[in-house]
Amino acid sequence: MAAADFLPLRFIGRLVLGGLAHVGRLSLLGAELFRGLREWRIWLPRTVSEAASVGVGSLFIVLLISGFAGAVTAFQAGYQWQTSLPVYVLGTLITETIILELGPVLIGLVLAGRIGARYAAELGTMRVTEQIDALESLGRSPASHLIIPRVLASTLMLPVLVVIADVVAVGAGWIGVKQVLPVTDWDFSYGAQYFWRPFDAWYSLIKATAFGWAIGLISCYMGFNAQQGAEGVGKSTTAAVVTSSVIILLLNFLLARILLNR
Amino acid sequence: MIELRGVRKRFGEQIVLGGVNFDVKEGETVALLGPSGSGKSVLLKHINGLLRPDAGSVKVDGMEVPALKRSELAELRTRIGYVFQNGALFDSMDVFENIRLGLSDDSKYRDLEYAQSRVVECLRLVNLTPETQEKFPAQLSGGMRKRVGIARAIAGAPKYLLYDEPTSGLDPVNADVIDDLVMHLEEELGVTSVMVTHDVRGAFRVADRLALLYDATIVLEGTPEEFRESTDPRVKAFLERDFDPTSFAA
Repeated sequence: MAAADFLPLRFIGRLVLGGLAHVGRLSLLGAELFRGLREWRIWLPRTVSEAASVGVGSLFIVLLISGFAGAVTAFQAGYQWQTSLPVYVLGTLITETIILELGPVLIGLVLAGRIGARYAAELGTMRVTEQIDALESLGRSPASHLIIPRVLASTLMLPVLVVIADVVAVGAGWIGVKQVLPVTDWDFSYGAQYFWRPFDAWYSLIKATAFGWAIGLISCYMGFNAQQGAEGVGKSTTAAVVTSSVIILLLNFLLARILLNR
Repeated sequence: MIELRGVRKRFGEQIVLGGVNFDVKEGETVALLGPSGSGKSVLLKHINGLLRPDAGSVKVDGMEVPALKRSELAELRTRIGYVFQNGALFDSMDVFENIRLGLSDDSKYRDLEYAQSRVVECLRLVNLTPETQEKFPAQLSGGMRKRVGIARAIAGAPKYLLYDEPTSGLDPVNADVIDDLVMHLEEELGVTSVMVTHDVRGAFRVADRLALLYDATIVLEGTPEEFRESTDPRVKAFLERDFDPTSFAA
């Protein structure tokens, strides 16, 4: 009975210790990355090729999702439309919804799956097949060879992909809304510009950069610390996608609170 | 010289090394024997600092490995070539890039002309043709992957070579090829070698001295003759199991 009474305490203790271990390992990885920045001859060319791979590889899914998201946003706006409002408001509604929220968050979540799973699986496999040990045994830093290029590539490419997604989604929304309501090009364009502030674009880019950094760092961390063969790689990949998605939602909340309600 | 004194290591509840003492003198080849899961690879990884002991001392050339700073450890590792069990080749790179990464001197790594000639030389030392450098690890057989792993380990002209199960998973003919290669490299490069293996036959062919790791400690360290004459039941059981043809009957 006494042992059973202590089980919840043990569970909480393990949870806290596990959390602290993650914080410790993540801090060590952060310090490692900081030190690795000096080896720019190593990470710079790898970053360029990694960024090209991430950007080109993700383009199709980004175009597909943003096109559908823009069109569906337009159809839903049409469905809920009240005739007492001027139609140019639709331009505002669709543009602002996409640029402030839908573009960065939707693309962030999709790329958390696509890029995050890839990074975690790659590094996890390298860990369990001793490729990371091999790199260290050659006196080379895994941070500058493997992690910095991946974190930088996702941090730099996510804003680029989000800009493309924003443009495509607004375009699809523009075309879509004309199919369901009597909106002219002039109405949409006027509405899109009426409430537009340059900060809106910056806000979208800040969010995309933060999401890209989170995806890269978390996925590399999970893969780098993978254990126990194929099962460990599977677990680290799942953890990378789930954790990246949760962090994206948290960052989205925090950035909205900090940047939009100043 | 490599010196381990009272090295202890545990993973969770499992004690893997329980106060191990182990020495390797310069120029000799020592085979570390032991059953699977006895901690041989763990011991090897302590020598080049891939693992840190919970207690005890690990010295290479008089330097206390666990106490070294990051830069000092990286410098030490350039003097220690490590051959991994399954090659641990970088599968996104071709053989040339894999071996080139073994060039520990950065100026030599960036000198493409030097790198090309050194890669060809290392491939020759492991009995592989220059054409192999264009292949990717997935295109190589198990034996070739091991040999490329050795070529990468010797590319930086190390003083020490640590082999982790170099013949495991190979047929007897290919295992003999790797054993011959280990002996050949010792003669040609004058390296000090530690070979972790459970292949007793290969160990007796290659090593100047043997050590048996059993139940987290070294139970015997000596020449092949001393091993043959040992009356220790653990040593006898290990040797007889490997040499007794009836053990393969099943």
